[in-house]
Amino acid sequence: MCFNALPRGPVVRTTARLARSRLMAGFRQLLRNTPEGLYCPPGDFHIDPVRPVTRAVITHGHSDHARFGHGAVLATPQTLAIMAARYGADFAGATEAAGYGQRVTRNAVDVTLVPAGHVLGSAQAVLRWKGVTAVISGDYKRRRDPTCPPFEPVPCNLFVSEATFGLPVFRFPDAADEVAKLLKSVTLFPDRTHLVGAYALGKAQRIIRLLREAGYGKTLYMHGAMDSMNALYQAHGIELGPLAPATDAAKNALPGEIVIAPPSAIADKWARRFADPIPAFASGWMMVRARARQRHVELPLVVSDHADWEELTGTFNQLQPEELWITHGTEEALLRWAALNDISATALEIAGYEDEDE
Amino acid sequence: MKAFARLLDQLAFTPSRNAKLTLLRDYLSHAPDPERGWALASLTGALSFDAAKPGFIRKAAEARLDPQLFALSHDFVGDLAETVALVWPAKAGANREPELPEVVDSLRSASRREVPQLLERWLDALDVTGRWALLKLLTGGLRVGVSARLAKQALAQLGDVPVSDIEEVWHSQAPPYGDLFAWLEKRSDRPRADAPGRFRPVMLAQAIDEATDFARYEPADYAAEWKWDGIRVQAAHEGGQRRLYSRTGEDIAAAFPDVIAALTFDGVIDGELLIFDNGHAAPFGDLQQRLNRKGADAELMARFPAGIRAYDLLMEGPEDLRALPFAMRRRRLEAFIARLGSDRIDLSPLQPFASWEELANLRAHPPKGDPEIAEGLMLKRWDSIYEPGRPKGPWFKWKRDPHLIDAVLMYAQRGHGKRSGFYSDYTFGVWREDANGDRALTPVGKAYFGFTDEELKRLDKFVRDNTVERFGPVRSVRADKDFGLVLEIAFEGLQRSTRHKSGVAMRFPRVSRIRWDKPVREADELPTLEKLLD
Ligand SMILES: [Zn+2]
Ligand SMILES: [Zn+2]
Repeated sequence: MCFNALPRGPVVRTTARLARSRLMAGFRQLLRNTPEGLYCPPGDFHIDPVRPVTRAVITHGHSDHARFGHGAVLATPQTLAIMAARYGADFAGATEAAGYGQRVTRNAVDVTLVPAGHVLGSAQAVLRWKGVTAVISGDYKRRRDPTCPPFEPVPCNLFVSEATFGLPVFRFPDAADEVAKLLKSVTLFPDRTHLVGAYALGKAQRIIRLLREAGYGKTLYMHGAMDSMNALYQAHGIELGPLAPATDAAKNALPGEIVIAPPSAIADKWARRFADPIPAFASGWMMVRARARQRHVELPLVVSDHADWEELTGTFNQLQPEELWITHGTEEALLRWAALNDISATALEIAGYEDEDE
Repeated sequence: MKAFARLLDQLAFTPSRNAKLTLLRDYLSHAPDPERGWALASLTGALSFDAAKPGFIRKAAEARLDPQLFALSHDFVGDLAETVALVWPAKAGANREPELPEVVDSLRSASRREVPQLLERWLDALDVTGRWALLKLLTGGLRVGVSARLAKQALAQLGDVPVSDIEEVWHSQAPPYGDLFAWLEKRSDRPRADAPGRFRPVMLAQAIDEATDFARYEPADYAAEWKWDGIRVQAAHEGGQRRLYSRTGEDIAAAFPDVIAALTFDGVIDGELLIFDNGHAAPFGDLQQRLNRKGADAELMARFPAGIRAYDLLMEGPEDLRALPFAMRRRRLEAFIARLGSDRIDLSPLQPFASWEELANLRAHPPKGDPEIAEGLMLKRWDSIYEPGRPKGPWFKWKRDPHLIDAVLMYAQRGHGKRSGFYSDYTFGVWREDANGDRALTPVGKAYFGFTDEELKRLDKFVRDNTVERFGPVRSVRADKDFGLVLEIAFEGLQRSTRHKSGVAMRFPRVSRIRWDKPVREADELPTLEKLLD
């Protein structure tokens, strides 16, 4: 990843206290934290609200960001499709689809959804109002993902970042190497089933694509919870290759095969049907041994749809926002980093987001 | 190191004994010698180090990463070695990653004081799993559930032989188990407990502690000899088998057919592999031309003829001398080498001395000839038996003080972690005269150790105040005949190098003093440095 080659923010830094507090006041007018989540007063809408609201902008389809029961929802067409698949067609009173880069006006506020590189349809919400640009990143990553377009850096005055993996210990290896580990284990243990825990939206499809790119052409077996998202990804043109349900209930089923299941299922009774299964788990948390051991994972695969420490700090360095709001994860280390690097940063407590990448 | 690190990583997550066996067998069938032997030894506890203390590891990490960020990371991860492995920042342009035999070899020969620098260099070069494995190895924390019994089973599976066959020969085998693997891979017969030409584990010396050891030991109890600057070897000719082993048991015969041809005795000697130049030891750089090769052609052997300077005699014919005191082995060695009358194998002479003061003086001012390029002195108790490993007391090594030169700061590069805001990596140079007789600085090395935090701040300010040009993270610093900063650099040795403009490369350079007071024109010249080559 080369952050330096990308455009930098046009912002002229000022350290004058007065100017800063004026700016802060300006940001608070455009965006503020409420019990429902981030709220934009001049546009009168929430972003990824954690409770039902009148108008919501949704960054992506993960259930803690995209909830049921809002009055009106603005999101990318892919995210709307994901919400409909999850909650049924009547998940909101009204919906409006905005493709990547398409400008939508809400009162005096311009809203543009820009790729976040997290999962299919994931977007950053870019708000422009009275010459101020605020970017709410939602969840994002900076690495290549064969299932969605890459994160697009947008110069801004205020950047709101997630911090799921906001510690220097999280520096993820190349996902292709992790998948190679899985395939090597499959050849080493041809009589055992490899049971890969992966989040049903995004992670599972990315793992499948990575396996296909690594030349694995055999049928992949799926837990029933994977079906609707797999079908949705395929309908959006993402080739997943031959898939079959892992419902073969015979004892010692599927030796030598790869089964993909929700993380909760791999240590569950459900897993006992397989042939001496090797529990694997694809998650950024697998970077830390104790986390893998807690879950009885024998083959940790460090594959994450979130930005790691280098991606987070690299993004901040690249964008050089006047103000950085950190939410949704471990913000303490990022605050320290920001102080060391002379970037003004605040932690926002937004209740209701889950420990994703699980 | 990659394959070994990966194996450790997997073993740590694998509870099932059968799966562990599969992983071990797979590793042993793919890893080369002697790496797999050392891996096996460290897994079964036959080889263990406690070379690095937790306090040191933490300090090294905090020098690379803000201590507060480190503390937050440590809180989250729990395990210190794992935390350091995870947060250690990548170093651009780091050396290639070390292989396991290299790590084992270096740790067995390094003094306590040398370990920290070695460790930092390795950490710079390894990936996260490699760093974790290295730190676990160094702190003696390799608990991945491999018993000697399990290891033997994996070996049995590897060779498709009953475990009892392994057990029968096991006690006679020593790491890195070259003969054992050769047998299991059907390249040789089953090793006998007394297989001729087998590797005998080597006896190593402790670094002497000048502050305490001399008061504690009597000079009359010790023999002194020079520590030659080649590589320690064991040469065997037994039962028709000719072998040349490195200190770690790696068979290096293929690269030294001239030495193998010279093993016209019946026995096993311990000595230093050197390049001989009319009976004199040539500098280490010459030997390097012959190391790590698969063979040697006639021209190379003629230019760099190799031989052995003998330190010890382990076997004479069928007789094992290792339980005899050094004084007796030495007499037998002297007669043995004299009888041999070889121009490839000579005797490392003893250096007579009466007092520690006299010996210190000899070390500082070695007599003319070969001792001038020796690495230092060895002290061996007259009554010491030949005991594998590094027992404390019988043998000491007493290396020469590091070389010092006054060099001039030329370039500075920003550091990492806690030093990321500072210019902390320094390229320094010495004066060299060009064809017109003009003096110009030529870079001779790079140092990023040896100064305090306070000094670093001053150095950093000097760099910023006197920057001439900037290239990315690097700044060139004003350095001409009238202005510049002199750094006293300590280093261990000097080799010829075609990669460096100056033609020389230093071993372990570090800043020993900052000479704010010294005029730049008085810094050293390249010929002064070149003299150290010979
Ligand atoms: Zn998400
Ligand atoms: Zn999230």
